[in-house]
Amino acid sequence: MATAPVPGPVPGSLRAWLLSPAPASRRQARFGRWFRAWLGFRRNPLAMSGLAIVALLVLMAVFAPLIADQQSATLQVLQDRLQPASWQHPFGTDELGRDIFARVVFGSRITLTIVVMVGVIVVPVGLAIGLPAGYFGGVVDTVLMRITDIFLAFPRLVLALAFAAALGPGIENAVIAIALTAWPPYARLARAETLTSRRAEFIQAAELQGASHLRIIATQIVPLCLPSVIIRLTLDMAGIILTAAGLGFLGLGAQPPAPEWGAMVSSGRQVLLDQWWVATIPGLAIFIVSLGFNLLGDGLRDASDARS
Amino acid sequence: MANRAARSLLSVALTFLGLTCVTFFIGRVIPIDPVLAIVGDKASAETYARVRAEIGLDLPLPVQYWRYLTKVLHGDFGNSVITSRPVLHDLLQVFPATLELALLALLIGVVAGVPMGVIAATHRGRWQDQVIRFLSLLGYSMPVFWLGLIGLLLFYAKLGWVEGPGRLDVAFDDIVGPVTGMVTIDSLLAGEYEVFWNAFWHLLLPASILGYLSLAYVARMTRSFMLAQLRQEYVLATLAKGLSPWRVVWVHALGNVWVQLVTVIALTFGSLLEGAVLTETVFAWPGLGLYMKNSLFNADLNAVLGATVLVGVVYIGLNMISDLIYPLVDPRARDQ
Repeated sequence: MATAPVPGPVPGSLRAWLLSPAPASRRQARFGRWFRAWLGFRRNPLAMSGLAIVALLVLMAVFAPLIADQQSATLQVLQDRLQPASWQHPFGTDELGRDIFARVVFGSRITLTIVVMVGVIVVPVGLAIGLPAGYFGGVVDTVLMRITDIFLAFPRLVLALAFAAALGPGIENAVIAIALTAWPPYARLARAETLTSRRAEFIQAAELQGASHLRIIATQIVPLCLPSVIIRLTLDMAGIILTAAGLGFLGLGAQPPAPEWGAMVSSGRQVLLDQWWVATIPGLAIFIVSLGFNLLGDGLRDASDARS
Repeated sequence: MANRAARSLLSVALTFLGLTCVTFFIGRVIPIDPVLAIVGDKASAETYARVRAEIGLDLPLPVQYWRYLTKVLHGDFGNSVITSRPVLHDLLQVFPATLELALLALLIGVVAGVPMGVIAATHRGRWQDQVIRFLSLLGYSMPVFWLGLIGLLLFYAKLGWVEGPGRLDVAFDDIVGPVTGMVTIDSLLAGEYEVFWNAFWHLLLPASILGYLSLAYVARMTRSFMLAQLRQEYVLATLAKGLSPWRVVWVHALGNVWVQLVTVIALTFGSLLEGAVLTETVFAWPGLGLYMKNSLFNADLNAVLGATVLVGVVYIGLNMISDLIYPLVDPRARDQ
């Protein structure tokens, strides 16, 4: 990658500090690397639109009470059932007279919760299996990777269904069910990343200084694995959202009256032919959000490839 | 070759053990007390204990698992609570419907996806590549149940191009007896062409929607395999010898890609079986997915776990087959 674009950055500016070909500190080098990746990322319009969608989702979830009226998301106004779009109800109302716009806005909180919770479970579990496998090798590696392979060979949605059925419907159980079937790729990834750095000199140096295995893994190897794990997670988010919405559609996710998008599509099925918006709009929300994560993940992967 | 097959079989056996462990575990952690379900809550402690011993719940877990495993290996998944028939019997009845759907979807996905992937690779970075990339991105991001509903709304309700939910119109029910269980094939075998066309128009929309999702994956993988092939020197060599570019791409390069595509297609077929759960719900398609969904809501755990094992076994089997086919299509893998 070019060290400085033409015309060069103003000396002494933040940009010059970031793009410096001779970073003076480790921190400057790290920030510089991130900034260069960001410059590459910024040139990719598809990736930027993905970022915009994801940012919008986060903002919508955080500021939901400011954007829409929380009450009308669950308030049943039966005389206003199945109204088409109007100024009062931008997306119309559903079969119980609830405002679809407010439900979509508040539904973003559920979607985001599921995605974050799955990520929070899946990454540590994947690392906990993959890191020791790559680090210790031998029997540990064989046993752990066999277990991973077994889980990898499972049909994901079907297993999630069986789990959700056994644990009972609900968001938490949907999250557990998805997480249980989503961790194996992270274990493989963490193992592969560990293997590439296992014999590196800085690891040997740390070993010679008497650092424990746990310390080496936590302070030296985990930071090396994280970038690729995060990219993989972003790419997986779309699949996680679709699986969660699928469980919701089948009635195994968030329970009514929670405004879960998949469940909203399901309830709109009854009136699909006459009031198409009831099922279509929440489905569109699922589609846009998962498209956003796909675009963002693709862009992140391209940016990281360009760097290496 | 024998070594490879042995290793493949061992890994299949291990994966199968893992799968049954998981389904056994799910059967154990379910919050419903199976004894209570049989004896009712008015039974005495004595009866409770007797029934508990009868169904083997007082035995140590490994013994219970062993019993479960033996039963599963004999195809005994217990009886369905709803239909009160053996679960295996039910599964064999609904599976052909799913198979019919998944096979046509796979056909659509491969017939359209492979050429699209090839074109995207040969036109890398040009508009053809962008369009195909965009189409597969859409396929990756669409919720299949939503796409199904939109499809029904548009092509069935508004345009009337295809038939609606279900496998056949009521008027055509029970005209052809089940032979393979796949209505399109059975009606052709019986020479009932009217039934065939009715079944076909029912099948087309759900299969196209599932097929579109697999197309996205197949096209993307074909593209990256083709790009790797087109970089090879033999491509340059054949072009230099004066072979037409068309022949180089579609015969020589694609010929080498098929080897890798076999695995992709096997995996796609597995994911189609999964996608069927949602699609069948939308299209009221009486296959494995709908059976599973209905069993779920009637707390028919035997049926759910039986279906899970069946899909898992098909999945594992596909992995093994793609593993074994590999050396057949790729002479290089034979020598290793």
